[in-house]
Amino acid sequence: MTTPLIRAEGISKSFGGIRALRDVGFELYPGEVLGIVGESGSGKTTLLNILSGALAPDSGELFLLGRDGSELDFFRLRERERRALLRSDIGFVHQDPSLGLRMRVSAGANVAERPLSSGLRDYGSARKLAAEWMGKVELPLSRMDSKPSEYSGGMRQRLQIARNLVSGPRLVYMDEPTGGLDVSVQARVLDLIRGLSSELGLSVVLVTHDLGVARLLTERLLVMKDGSIIERGLSDQVLDDPQEPYTQLLVSSILGEA
Amino acid sequence: MSGNFAYLDEDSKRLVRRALLKAVSVPGYQVPFSGKEMPMPYGWGTGGIQVTASVIGPSDTLKVIDQGSGDTTNAVSIQKFFKKTAGVRITDRASEATIIQTRHRVPETPLSEGQIMVYQVPIPEPLRFLEPREGECLQLHANAEYGILYVKLYEDITRHGEIASSYDYPAMVNGRHAMSPSPIPRFDNPKLHRSKALHLFGAGREKRVYAVPPHTSVLSLDFDDHPFKAAPNPRACELCGSTESFLDEVVTGDRGERIFACSDTDYCEGRRRLTGKTLRKEA
Repeated sequence: MTTPLIRAEGISKSFGGIRALRDVGFELYPGEVLGIVGESGSGKTTLLNILSGALAPDSGELFLLGRDGSELDFFRLRERERRALLRSDIGFVHQDPSLGLRMRVSAGANVAERPLSSGLRDYGSARKLAAEWMGKVELPLSRMDSKPSEYSGGMRQRLQIARNLVSGPRLVYMDEPTGGLDVSVQARVLDLIRGLSSELGLSVVLVTHDLGVARLLTERLLVMKDGSIIERGLSDQVLDDPQEPYTQLLVSSILGEA
Repeated sequence: MSGNFAYLDEDSKRLVRRALLKAVSVPGYQVPFSGKEMPMPYGWGTGGIQVTASVIGPSDTLKVIDQGSGDTTNAVSIQKFFKKTAGVRITDRASEATIIQTRHRVPETPLSEGQIMVYQVPIPEPLRFLEPREGECLQLHANAEYGILYVKLYEDITRHGEIASSYDYPAMVNGRHAMSPSPIPRFDNPKLHRSKALHLFGAGREKRVYAVPPHTSVLSLDFDDHPFKAAPNPRACELCGSTESFLDEVVTGDRGERIFACSDTDYCEGRRRLTGKTLRKEA
């Protein structure tokens, strides 16, 4: 039995009187793509924010398998160590690319930021690395010196993916990475995520409300409602044979798949 | 002379001095201080003036530099301010001054032990241009995460083929804190490295001070394959003939006649005194 890459236990979070997360726990195994589905307000984004250290939970534990095989207690790590993890070993792809990109510097500089932050001090190598990753996410090299503000929505998402993957993370959190993109662009970005995650053996936690995206990309699914995980299992199983009434409702509400 | 010596009351000076002591103890670290309203607008050097007022004594000799010169409006009014409120001796010669308050330049004349440079700083935060969140800037300094400064250098080289920042060029102080050396040209950055003088920086609007103590390492950030260059001047000063000083382009006539001359007027005059050259007749 392999050791899970992350193990979350009993995570709860309230905002005032609203209980956004209730006793959420799950495991993510190396190389696995785990989907979290549920409607707006079910706690998906709050969970992702807690997992990525942007928000502190009221209670709960998160253990991360370190590169050396040791188990890191994520919430109790020193700030400096946690930040170092977050800019090398962990990636975060936002739904809104302007949150994940520096819109005022060129695409190349965006990709080069993580290596430069990890001590790369050679312009030529930084540029080479940026070019290489522009290629991997299928962005034209001729646009490497353009700012992301001059990019289309789909290109911005590709750039965000490159900016994260350049540091060779083992774990990537994605919050609705294809939300707000039109259908054909969405398909190409999904294709890219699927290709890269299997090629690089990435572990991904993917939050989405789009069950089509969940079916295409994820291997296992967690269904959330009102801050709790109400159903979990292999994606095909959950989507084809949902057990909970709420999941049945959710699945039957997909347009064109009725 | 009316009011307290050097304008500020003694308690206010103590607050500034306390912040300065902390700043000297942690070179390059920005220390907040309770900046006072000064009888002049922000942008006229209120940070530098408060620092000078807090360290100056009756036996000090003050030199004020604005754009390298002691006779421009800002410099003259600050000289007058301290002449009136502190009655100290004012000089134009860098070698005679015990305190030199400056806006854009470090004197060409090498500084010596015991001298204090006081800088008027408009934007003390070197990370500001890429990180607008103050809290995040504090985090970045606390963890010495200076990657985004290299992102800026990357961007410069990509756009201009070289590091184009010609002033306020970020430097690493004592191998720990990244510092904005205020609007001095990058030509002057190397003068801070292991300087014999004490360098104090005061930002009035943002109410912060920071310092480079004597003999501290101040290294300008760069890439291995694009090393820092101090922007050498390809020509000589047309007044004193110096090829080693920072030059200003000065318009000398209505038809656009111009000359290149030392920006540091004290240095230029000193050299002309030595070589016996006279001021070129102005058109």
